[in-house]
Amino acid sequence: MTGIEVAIDGIAGPAGPMVEALAFAIEPGASLALIGESGSGKTLTAKSLVGLLPPGFGARGVLRVDGREHPLVSTDASWRRVRGREVSLLLQDPFTSLSPVHRCGPQIAWTLEAKAGRRLSKRELDEAVATRLAEVNLPARVARAYPHELSGGMRQRVAIAAAIASDPRLLIADEPTTALDASNQAEILDLLRELQHERGMAMLLISHDLGLVRGRTDEVLVMRHGEVVERGSTATVLSAPEHAYTRALIAADPALALEADHTGDTARGLGHDDGADAGGRAPLVAASGVVKRFGLRTVLDGVDLSIAPGQIAGVVGESGSGKSTLARCIAGLEREDDGTIAFDGRPLAPGRRSRTPEQMQIVFQDPYSSLNPMMSIGAILREALAVGGRRPDEVRALLELVGLPVDAAVKRPAQLSGGQRQRVAIARALAPRPRLLICDESVSALDVQVQAQILDLLGRLRDELDIAILFISHDLAVVRRIADTVTVVWQGRVVEHGTCAQVLDDPAEDYTRLLVAAAHRDSTGRTPVG
Amino acid sequence: MLAVRVLGTAAILFILSIVVFSMLHLAPGDLVKTLLGTRPASPEAVAAIREQYHLDDPLPVQYLRWLGGVLSGDLGQSIRLQTSVADAIGSRLGLTLALCGLAFAMALVVGIPLGVQSAVRAGGVIDRTGTALGVIGLSAPTFAVGLLLLYVFAYYLPIFPVYGGGRGPLDTLYHLVLPAVTLAAGLGAIVLKLTRTAMLRELDADYVTSARARGIPESRTRRLALRNAAIPIVTGASLLLTFLVGGTVLAETTYALPGLGTLLQDSVLFKDLAVVQALTLLVALVIAVIALLADVAYLVLDPRVRAQGGAA
Repeated sequence: MTGIEVAIDGIAGPAGPMVEALAFAIEPGASLALIGESGSGKTLTAKSLVGLLPPGFGARGVLRVDGREHPLVSTDASWRRVRGREVSLLLQDPFTSLSPVHRCGPQIAWTLEAKAGRRLSKRELDEAVATRLAEVNLPARVARAYPHELSGGMRQRVAIAAAIASDPRLLIADEPTTALDASNQAEILDLLRELQHERGMAMLLISHDLGLVRGRTDEVLVMRHGEVVERGSTATVLSAPEHAYTRALIAADPALALEADHTGDTARGLGHDDGADAGGRAPLVAASGVVKRFGLRTVLDGVDLSIAPGQIAGVVGESGSGKSTLARCIAGLEREDDGTIAFDGRPLAPGRRSRTPEQMQIVFQDPYSSLNPMMSIGAILREALAVGGRRPDEVRALLELVGLPVDAAVKRPAQLSGGQRQRVAIARALAPRPRLLICDESVSALDVQVQAQILDLLGRLRDELDIAILFISHDLAVVRRIADTVTVVWQGRVVEHGTCAQVLDDPAEDYTRLLVAAAHRDSTGRTPVG
Repeated sequence: MLAVRVLGTAAILFILSIVVFSMLHLAPGDLVKTLLGTRPASPEAVAAIREQYHLDDPLPVQYLRWLGGVLSGDLGQSIRLQTSVADAIGSRLGLTLALCGLAFAMALVVGIPLGVQSAVRAGGVIDRTGTALGVIGLSAPTFAVGLLLLYVFAYYLPIFPVYGGGRGPLDTLYHLVLPAVTLAAGLGAIVLKLTRTAMLRELDADYVTSARARGIPESRTRRLALRNAAIPIVTGASLLLTFLVGGTVLAETTYALPGLGTLLQDSVLFKDLAVVQALTLLVALVIAVIALLADVAYLVLDPRVRAQGGAA
């Protein structure tokens, strides 16, 4: 019997059972996607197959690799024979999965030596590392580079080379592209697919993103609360989902919705198209010719942006395009080197001192680090209310405004989910009644369903409070869902600007077309026709 | 960068010398009386002494005279020892350096491996023992540890000498064991804590999980984590060296060692201004150099910082 067979009887943690019994088989060279939101037990399942469950967690069951049986309850010594040779693990974040103080070459070389079970000569290692790098389409010189000298996509290639240098029979890829830009995501997934075919290696792809796996895996397992709710071939599950949860996942996925948008299946995004013609109302924010340099690097090279009152202005671009720096200049968190930023017709001097809390507030990407873990939610909001000169008893109203239960006030950030924390961050930003809300990748760290809820919330807040929103994102699908206007930024310059429909449906510039195509490829797994 | 740093250090040394100079003058006690000792304080003798040490000059003039001497390489004369300050410090420097070096080495040799083991088996026997020892080492005052060790290992079990610096290198080393252990106790406890915390964090990092998952042996994984943990450990440990400077005064006094610590103490009591000034500046200079070395170590250990430094 060749291939991978997994029969898990259950995984239990300190708080009781976490994953119910589940079994699956993967043929050599085939792939299986395990889909679920955070907390569904998909990562625990992955870690149980390499014997790396966190302390306090235990799995029962068995893993069979080409007929060799490995019990999941096992000693560290016997796991050492499984790890690397039979099963290897590729982690989500290429920024943390490589040691920052070692060059890339040695990190691949360690796997080679572990596989060989002996020290190899420098010459042997250099050659083998170069071969492995070539396999993932990287030049040999990358071996001499430190991880921080490489882009996210290149780092993930190095991590892949390191993970498969021991020629495992099964590669578990845990959200391998979540931390990457759209254009890199597709490349990494296609590379994994290619490597699998060459080596006859089975792959277990773990993701929260159904759209991502279309056309890239053979089968899908959908997990929820530690239970498998649906399984089948990828095409069948995506085109004819049986379980309500799977249908909800597909509906919530902005990338899949983006595709549906074109066929006219679903309702339009939240943005009003009329918000786009700013001619009726004088702009709230008008930035013109903004230049920002960090050392010798010019991050913003004369950017213009205007936001009308009550408008949601989307700014899209890949990481490093300068979009976050633009947001930070407008918020006064960075000082622009040249250009003017006017608020309500009056120019603002660079820096924070010239801005008041009632003018603008910012919501950051990561709700885990933007809230003080030692303060209760109530205290966090009271502090923000005080800044805006409002009474502390308005905490209740704020919580209701962002759709949080009133008893959240006595909790601490650690007791809330990611989506709830981001709601708190939004409530905190709204406390001084700002006229502009800046959302810098504010939904990028969230699961798709939660993402959809937060986007709905932002749309509703704009309607109820008549605030303008500057919405920064790398994700075209998300921007389409919420924004009235879209500004595409590339290498510190504005490439294209217009209403959401104009720019995304009928892009005038090559770069925008590239971005839109990447977003589609991402959702469909194939290059769109035409 | 370096030029700014050197200028900053020079400015600090300058301000410090003014502060120490004025404080010694503000402190109670009369140098003339101390110098005369039991001799009769005849007006002529007092005037002679005041004349000899320029005590009738206004304070700024006295300070400038001292500063001029230092800038031309003359640290002045020790009033108490009747030798040049350079000689007084030079003859005692070796002992203090040896004591600090020995204590620091002991703290590292015990603290780092124990910290690593505590982190690897967190909650195990080594971890719990190490934590208990660490609490004792941290909370016990240096002079109390010194007296206890003296009583147990020099008096009750006469293995080590009670006092003095010894003659010849080996004998000196033998004499320095107990004082060094005294100093190393607190230091080692901090090193242990630093190492344990840093290692725990690194062992929890993704790259360790990733290394384990691809079959890399545990010994290599541990070295990998330690290499990453080295950044906080080395910077922390080098700052601890400054803590040693204060500690030597206590340890040298307890064990009656003729080092810089006892010299400083005696000179302050005697108002031996030139020696106190020179010692204070020496300590400040040593601390500045250690801080600089810590920054250099940081550059060597962390390629990310190196890259930023290169770009700026």
